Amino acid sequence: MHQFSAADFAPLEPHESLHGISRPSLSYWQDAWIRLKANKRALVSLFIVGLLLTFTLLGPLMWPVDPGAQDLEQISQPPGMDRSALIVPDYQPWDGSSERSDVSDLYLAETATTQAVRLKWDALSGAAGHRVYRNIFPVGPEQAFGVPLAEFFDNNTLYFEDRLDLRPERYYYTVVALNSDRSLSGVFVTLAVNVLRVTSLTDAQERGLVDGNTNLAVGDQIDLALHPLGTDYLGRDMLARLMAGARVSLFIGIGAPFLFVLFGMAYGSIAGFLGGHIDQVMMRFADFVVALPFLLFMIMFKIAFGIGPGESGVFPMLVALVILMWPATARLVRGQILQIREQGYIAASQLLGAKTNYLILRHMIPNTLGVVLVTITFAIPNAIFIEAFLSFIGMGVAPPTPSWGSMSNEGIKTMLTHPHELVLPALFISITVLAFNLLGDGLRDALDARMRNTE
Amino acid sequence: MWMYVLKRLAQGVITVWFIATATFFAMHSVPGDPLLNERAMSESIRANLEARYGLDQPLMTQYVIYLGNLSRGDFGISFTQENRQVNDIIREHFPISAILGVLAVVFAAAGGVLWGALTALYRNRLPDYIIMFLVILGISVPSFVIAALSQLALVNLNTLLGSTVLPVAGWGTVRHMLVPSLVLGLGTMAYLTRLMRSSMLEIISSDYIRTAKAKGVPPARIFTRHQLRNAILPVITVLGPSIAAITTGGFVVELVFAIPGLGRFFVQAVQQLDYTVIMGTTVFYGAFLVFMVIVVDVLYGFIDPRVRLE
Repeated sequence: MHQFSAADFAPLEPHESLHGISRPSLSYWQDAWIRLKANKRALVSLFIVGLLLTFTLLGPLMWPVDPGAQDLEQISQPPGMDRSALIVPDYQPWDGSSERSDVSDLYLAETATTQAVRLKWDALSGAAGHRVYRNIFPVGPEQAFGVPLAEFFDNNTLYFEDRLDLRPERYYYTVVALNSDRSLSGVFVTLAVNVLRVTSLTDAQERGLVDGNTNLAVGDQIDLALHPLGTDYLGRDMLARLMAGARVSLFIGIGAPFLFVLFGMAYGSIAGFLGGHIDQVMMRFADFVVALPFLLFMIMFKIAFGIGPGESGVFPMLVALVILMWPATARLVRGQILQIREQGYIAASQLLGAKTNYLILRHMIPNTLGVVLVTITFAIPNAIFIEAFLSFIGMGVAPPTPSWGSMSNEGIKTMLTHPHELVLPALFISITVLAFNLLGDGLRDALDARMRNTE
Repeated sequence: MWMYVLKRLAQGVITVWFIATATFFAMHSVPGDPLLNERAMSESIRANLEARYGLDQPLMTQYVIYLGNLSRGDFGISFTQENRQVNDIIREHFPISAILGVLAVVFAAAGGVLWGALTALYRNRLPDYIIMFLVILGISVPSFVIAALSQLALVNLNTLLGSTVLPVAGWGTVRHMLVPSLVLGLGTMAYLTRLMRSSMLEIISSDYIRTAKAKGVPPARIFTRHQLRNAILPVITVLGPSIAAITTGGFVVELVFAIPGLGRFFVQAVQQLDYTVIMGTTVFYGAFLVFMVIVVDVLYGFIDPRVRLE
């Protein structure tokens, strides 16, 4: 057994390591930031959100193209397409003459260009007339000829000039023989035509592609206007429209949640703090608003506020969203306030003479901020979805104001031929919604221990 | 129990009245009126039409008449579709929306519970990652994009097989219903999967599961009797609001798949300012949703004996 000596009972020298605080003192927000930084998904989302905001706010400065301007030479152009064009003389009318004499039944009188496609053909056997069709797909066994362009009820006119909305694509022209009663006979001939993009010098000057005293001549190549992400069905620049659309979508998506969360916070904290009958009545009213069929009222309120001519309809949508979406936040904040009200430090503060205003502003609201921030982050993708949804069914922003939803709506019509017009805005919606959702998850984990996700 | 149901029903009636009132006044503050859409008409014709529809009465009188008719279940006559009763429109087109919605809810609930349970059981393994990736896609891709893409997929499928296995659009047979309802339920399914996953994970690590394992209960029985039954509860609570989201979300799916449901009529009616159809549809939908939430809440009391209905 150990023998104690007097030295064992002598007071120890004060030891540095015993008294130092081993960890730095962290405020609530510092702690949350550290936890958020540790969450890779949330950090990437935060980065994406930052990129999106830059795209929206600084983008139009770096790419100052008018989102409403039409480039009729480049309609429904997919991104990354060759934009060179050959310079040709101004358009001259055609009388059907040609130097070429082809052996096939249907042939081109001249090279097919976006200025004109000039077709000639030999009279088909047994034909009393001809009808000309154009398609963008090959004529299959089901004999889909495409769009009828012209009809000739005699056998003398054996030429046709197509100038209708020509794009630098591959077209399939079909000439079908007509019976004497003007019905289709089964005889037809098809020609695949690759259309060459051309522009005349006069046109190029009008569009500002070249200046007036240029030394370009017929036969030279010039580049048409640049559209990095292509153009839509009216020839409007997709990148500029996506930026302008982002402004609308994010303005509604971020503005509306901020406003209704603010309102809900005020409403909920008043109800929670006052308690009793006032609380009962206030929360019953919130229950009624929750019970309203959301989308139906959204549409109705939007109509009720009215969109005048030349207005974009963004403001009515914002107001309608705020009117309908505040109760969820109000309920949440009220619950929090009810909890906090019973805490010891509130009683202590009251004992020290704190007034109601001070209690609410200094203790209660800061303590609910974490929950509220999480609510805002989850409300943002929701609001973006609602905007896109309404614009998609044609109840959202009024054209020509672009928003991602209305762009998708326009793009879905040309989904088969020009998929980029749907894919790009849909991609932007998806990425934004995803980023805010993941950021919300991260914030919830970082800020609120009780709501922490078990992942 | 019955007192609770009665109380909830009484609250529901008040809510429906609130919806009706809000709809009425929102509708009547809209600039313009439905008769403006008609071709140019003389003063006397206009006066007659206004009298026919009761538009010449003061607003409060119109409101009282409207509430009176409503309490008898009469939604009035459409303004734009001549002499068509709103009740008839609802009777004809609501069942289509309802079938679509019910199927979507079934898909969403069954899928959500199943996938959620699977991800929890295979936590941090390949099936979990795959399903959670799909869930994230389901949450972040808008429904109209999914609808359009699924139509595209159907076209390719049908041409590949050489016959119309699943129609691309329209309504009529069960084959018409499958894809639209799946698309409609997808967003909710993703949401329910996440919910089910986190509630399942919480339960897997709880004490009574360990006890059951220690007692030697077979894993299949633990899964069905203990885990699934308890984990499903939060899913059921959000089912009420989900039904609401799905029925109104049907607009887009009805539009894309050309389904003659009530949603399409509502959008049309709003564009034409058809007062009676708008008010009728909104009140009807509102009442339906309020009722569904009550049903889910009452059901919850049966399923979870810990919840006391008071």
